[in-house]
Amino acid sequence: MSAFDTVVHLVYLACASAFVVGLHLMNAPATARRGNQVSAAGMGLAILTTVAVLVEGGRINAYAAWALGLGTAAGAVAGLVAARVVRMTAMPQLVSLFNAVGGGAAALIALGEHPASTAAEVTGVLDVLIGALTFSGSLIASGKLAGRVPGRPIVVPRGRLISFGLAVVAAVLAVLVIGFDGGAPALWGAAATALAAGVLLTLPIGGADMPVVISLLNACTGTAVAMAGFVLQSTPLIIAGALVGAAGAILTKLMADAMNRPIGAIIAGDYGTGDAVAVAAASGSAPVREITADDAAIQLAYAGRVVIVPGYGLAAAQAQHEAVALAQALTERGVEVTYAIHPVAGRMPGHMNVLLAEANAPYEQLADLEESNPGFPRTDVALVVGANDVTNPAARRPGNPVSGMPILDVDRARSVIVIKRSLGHGYAGIDNELYAEPRTAMLFADAKAGLGALLAGLSTYAK
Amino acid sequence: MSPLLLADLTVFTLGLLVGFEVISKVPATLHTPLMSGANAVHGVVLVGVMLLAATISTPAGYALLAVAAFFAAMNVAGGYVVTDRMLAMFRSRGRS
Repeated sequence: MSAFDTVVHLVYLACASAFVVGLHLMNAPATARRGNQVSAAGMGLAILTTVAVLVEGGRINAYAAWALGLGTAAGAVAGLVAARVVRMTAMPQLVSLFNAVGGGAAALIALGEHPASTAAEVTGVLDVLIGALTFSGSLIASGKLAGRVPGRPIVVPRGRLISFGLAVVAAVLAVLVIGFDGGAPALWGAAATALAAGVLLTLPIGGADMPVVISLLNACTGTAVAMAGFVLQSTPLIIAGALVGAAGAILTKLMADAMNRPIGAIIAGDYGTGDAVAVAAASGSAPVREITADDAAIQLAYAGRVVIVPGYGLAAAQAQHEAVALAQALTERGVEVTYAIHPVAGRMPGHMNVLLAEANAPYEQLADLEESNPGFPRTDVALVVGANDVTNPAARRPGNPVSGMPILDVDRARSVIVIKRSLGHGYAGIDNELYAEPRTAMLFADAKAGLGALLAGLSTYAK
Repeated sequence: MSPLLLADLTVFTLGLLVGFEVISKVPATLHTPLMSGANAVHGVVLVGVMLLAATISTPAGYALLAVAAFFAAMNVAGGYVVTDRMLAMFRSRGRS
């Protein structure tokens, strides 16, 4: 090994360490930004080092250099622009898009490389299959999150049979590549099969299951990148891919646990009704108590402790600034305000926290499920904004679609105010028993308008 | 199995374990930036695309290379910038 190779190796090791340290610093909000910068510095160093490797090796021809340079420049500009202009409510689809292109790049590496050994063939096939599946799956997920593909589950006729068929075709092509030197045609065939499978697997999954799905796709991209690292015998790719794979796997498990649904059942899809569930005044079976914004404002103004429970409705209405303005107004009056955030509130893990942070909510006020629940019996008013199934007390009983799902114990607060457009069902498609409780009052409004009216009421009636 | 493959497998396994250990401590508040930051980390695939470039010498290969470079660069540049934007918003009660 030449001195140059040794130095390159050591620098790559430093870069991989920067990724680990960077992720470690993400343990706390105060250090998280520095963590991301450490990680980015490691990435910059890894890229510069690779430029040095290419220059020193001198084997890259002019056309390849131009293709690489132009592709990189265009991609960097596209990524920077998208990252700069995206609204925080649109974060899930952008993260999903970046995940898609990462998986796509990993798959293309194996498609462009001539495998030198059986091990490289095996990892190459895995890279192509996982990378291509993640690419098309993440694109569909991103489209669903952005509303370009319908968010409700789309049932493909005989979908499972087709998926099974695709799996068989993929396995046959994999054997051809590895055992019989099937080469490029078989590998491209495998890529096409995986692309189709990615679409087929993501289409039937409904909106509220998205936090699980994008976590899982993130884990897949990590694995695909690690496989690309095996093909190229590149340690930084293997380490970074393994780290991301682990991160995605942990988030997938946390999200699935928070919905009390096995990951397999979520992938099988075909559950619930998706986002568009504003069924005007459903069932009408249980009588509910309505409240005006002014009465609700007075109730909030004279409370000692208020917990705000945000859900997807808040994100959909882009009402995070109103929620935080209300919380600040209450805090100034001496009311103790916290936010109770369910792990699957929103469309990606931690989505609500980012929205509230955007609106300047101090992170000390953001509490998760375990932190929030013991506080509800001491809470005068629980204000539910656009959250539904995660507050349904029916989850404590067996025998219904939300049974066993960990919920926020909103019904244990002394009183509850729910801001909601109608009595429509949530994702699980069942009545929320919380709404019929005697101490629950409904404020029928869009999240943004409802919170605005509360804020106005507060300044008029409670000085 | 070749010694090189064994070494790669060792690195991969230890990487997974380190990942589990480090990431299981991240609080729910930071799950979105964590996912986005991890997303940016797999942008290291750009290094892989660059290494691939040294072996390519056909027109179809150049096209594939350009697309792969576009994807990877978008992943890495966008991923870090958007994560930074998000994390810049997380403020403590003390300062604003």
